[in-house]
Amino acid sequence: MITCCTESVDTLAVTARKHTYAMARSRGAQAPDADLIEATTRGLECAAGGFTIDPWKPVELSLITHAHADHARAVAARYIASKASVPLLRHRLGQDIDIQGVNWGERLTLGETTVSFHPAGHVLGSAQIRIQRGEEVWVFTGDYKPDPDPSCEAFELVPCDTFITEATFALPVYRWPDGRTVAREIFDWWQQMRRSGRPAVLFAYSLGKAQRVLAELTAFTDETVHVHGAVEPLTELYRQSGIKMLPTQRIDPSGPREDYAGKLVLAPPGANGSKWMKRFPKASTGFCSGWMRVRGNRRRQGYDRGFVLSDHSDWQGLLDTITGTGATRVLTTHGQSATLVRYLRDELGLNAAELRTRYAGDDASTEEADP
Amino acid sequence: MKHFAQLYQTLDQTTSTNAKVVAMREYFATAPAADAAWAVYFLSGRRIKRLIGASALRTWLAETSDLPGWLVEDTYASVGDLAETIALLLARTGTNEVQGSLSEWVDQRLLPLKDADEDTQRNTVTSWWQEQDYEACYIINKLMTGALRVGVSQTLLARALAEHADLPRPVILHRLMGDWQATPDFYDALIGEDDGAAAQSRPYPFCLAAPLDDAAGIDSSSIDSIATTLGPTDEWHIEWKWDGIRAQLVHRGGETFLWSRGEELIGTRFPEIVGAAASLPDGTVLDGEILAWQLPFEPAAVMPFAELQRRIGRKTVGKKLLRDVPCLFLAYDLLEEHGEDLREEPMHERRSRLGMLIDQLDDRDAQDLATASRHQLRLSPALDADSWQTLAEQREDSRTRQVEGLMLKRRDSHYATGRQRGVWWKWKIEPYTVDAVMIYAQAGHGRRANLFTDYTFAVWNNDTLVPIAKAYSGLDNTEIKALDKWIRQHTIERFGPVRSVEATHVFELAFEGINRSTRHKSGIAVRFPRISRWRHDLAPKDADTLESVMRLIDQDPNQDA
Ligand SMILES: [Zn+2]
Repeated sequence: MITCCTESVDTLAVTARKHTYAMARSRGAQAPDADLIEATTRGLECAAGGFTIDPWKPVELSLITHAHADHARAVAARYIASKASVPLLRHRLGQDIDIQGVNWGERLTLGETTVSFHPAGHVLGSAQIRIQRGEEVWVFTGDYKPDPDPSCEAFELVPCDTFITEATFALPVYRWPDGRTVAREIFDWWQQMRRSGRPAVLFAYSLGKAQRVLAELTAFTDETVHVHGAVEPLTELYRQSGIKMLPTQRIDPSGPREDYAGKLVLAPPGANGSKWMKRFPKASTGFCSGWMRVRGNRRRQGYDRGFVLSDHSDWQGLLDTITGTGATRVLTTHGQSATLVRYLRDELGLNAAELRTRYAGDDASTEEADP
Repeated sequence: MKHFAQLYQTLDQTTSTNAKVVAMREYFATAPAADAAWAVYFLSGRRIKRLIGASALRTWLAETSDLPGWLVEDTYASVGDLAETIALLLARTGTNEVQGSLSEWVDQRLLPLKDADEDTQRNTVTSWWQEQDYEACYIINKLMTGALRVGVSQTLLARALAEHADLPRPVILHRLMGDWQATPDFYDALIGEDDGAAAQSRPYPFCLAAPLDDAAGIDSSSIDSIATTLGPTDEWHIEWKWDGIRAQLVHRGGETFLWSRGEELIGTRFPEIVGAAASLPDGTVLDGEILAWQLPFEPAAVMPFAELQRRIGRKTVGKKLLRDVPCLFLAYDLLEEHGEDLREEPMHERRSRLGMLIDQLDDRDAQDLATASRHQLRLSPALDADSWQTLAEQREDSRTRQVEGLMLKRRDSHYATGRQRGVWWKWKIEPYTVDAVMIYAQAGHGRRANLFTDYTFAVWNNDTLVPIAKAYSGLDNTEIKALDKWIRQHTIERFGPVRSVEATHVFELAFEGINRSTRHKSGIAVRFPRISRWRHDLAPKDADTLESVMRLIDQDPNQDA
């Protein structure tokens, strides 16, 4: 039926003035503040240490938490990262970048600060960055998850005063089943497709999620998995780092048509709906993501199956980690920040606030399919 | 219940329509009639009415979940579906087989809740939430809260049932229309042999028009192309496309039933039309449009749709409203005459019989002005034109006549079921358009929860942006994704679920009508706003002004007095 443009437009109109004000403010300079780390127009900047973490605009020295595109951008003259993530960063940002790899927990002196990298359990080599100035300790998590994952280092809880956390899945509906259980569901779906003579095409981010699936599935089979061209080189880097995974075979886009009935195919989400998919007629499609916990997310993206497998922390994991660090101040970067901040303030009595950054978290749009 | 939950799962886990039909057939092949009846009831989008309100469920959810109320609300806003939010927050982890069949659940547990006091309702429902596993909890909530929405259309359900029962699909569709109780007897009759007895009150499936732009190879902006595609005008019966409520008026066995296209009985809202239908011969079914029509009836004066909406908005219609918004039924077609189904007759034949029927009505009423049925039952006027050019010129007149354009119906066509191309075309007038700046975004609901799909658009009033419309549709998936990502990274402020964003992107909005409104801050209300395209080529400063939008009002005759 027909409706007139709605009442909510009215309530919004009330805020129109506020809106203009906020626009003006966002263009203006940041107020001076004594914070060790600040979200500026370039990234998370630490003036005392002379570096910027995960910057999105050009800087001199960049500390990188992990190799995902929204955190690792080719905008710095010099990079420091965990040793384990260096090969991935070179693959993504260029072989000739000026990058220094540091061991887990190794202490660096940068300006007035002491800096160290600690595993974040998100993807291979992903780090939380600890920054100390005098007695004051800050930790920035980048993306993280405390859940076990056979494809990367286990998350380390790092005590601190100020904890800068992601909030991708900061809603109580996000509760993760364990990885092994989900891998069993994936395996069962694959076998079911095999019985009906169809390919099972599983979409998973080409860095991290795809390798986690390949590692988790070793509990059920040793069969070869067919992978998209964007997945293969990263998988090879994981293999060289000693991660045990199922054997993989790259799908050659220029090669002859093959019959993939009954096969498991791994591809980045961007390949869904592309011409590349034409080689898998009658395929059943699945997607691995924490978002798949909510039916609407799966339905709107048109996947047949959703598997709840996340490389971010779930709601309880966020709360346990935050309280576990002993931090009295918590800053959030991306995701459901407003919700998490309000909960930490109202329910846990913590000093919490939102930082505005350009990190996207596990948005389906973060990663495009490489050719 | 277990089988029904499995059917739901299967339907939900495939996007293939064939796989869905197979799953439904398998279910109907083994389900007892009592369960199958309820399955048909829910899969066809019906819901148990007045069971427990969503607001009660939300309150109980907040009480049961140990979470602060605002967080429950935030979560619900993000998930977009109450049944699912409850199951995600409260259901037991692990799997746990649900006991009892679908019909036992509905007949013995859900329906008795209607008459229970609130404490009993609350205790019963919240204990289900905590006892059942996710799948069962979700399905139970869905049955309580309404339509299942599992990607099964009425047509798809009818296809599965028709294949299962080995009956023609229209028979199933016909039997599925209207009001019925989900009993084993209903289900047996639904799939039983066709005895024609049950159909006393039932309307026929509506024939729907397709947009003329959908005609193969047509360029509807070119008269030559229209002429080439459609052939000579005399092969077509041409009418105005009225903007009211499409309806069927069924008069059988001395009773009258007025059906909306949504298969709802709406007679109580239009007593004058039902009253007028009493003068129709028994066994008559008319297809037509309900319109609000200013008194006196001549000359023609359609009232704005918003007025008509006042009549549908309530269950019963008071005297004042009857007087303020008089309505009539404009007949398009005669589907049944003296109990004979005319749908296989050609359009021109049905139409001429319809004309005679309405004429006779007038004659009879001439002797009895008090009932004056001819006022409320009228013939939709046909347009006469010897060329598409003349028609195109008449179509230009649509806005003044307060119609949406033209309807083209093949003169030799029978009355089709649903939207079949080539039989009826709608040739609508071009919508109004405005270039506006996106200033707010909000996540969608249901399928679109978690993705920013609901936008608010503004135009310039001096140097301030004033919101004029909210629009949801019009972008393709790639654009939605790109915009979603941009919104997340360019949020200025959050007001609950709404975000204000930097004034950067300009969109062309299309809408069907525009009215002055004191209820809106901008002073205007637009009808059917939608995004027609993303104007990457325009900067915010290029957007329209409130003044230029106001000027459109003068062009729209269909506005509040
Ligand atoms: Zn990441």
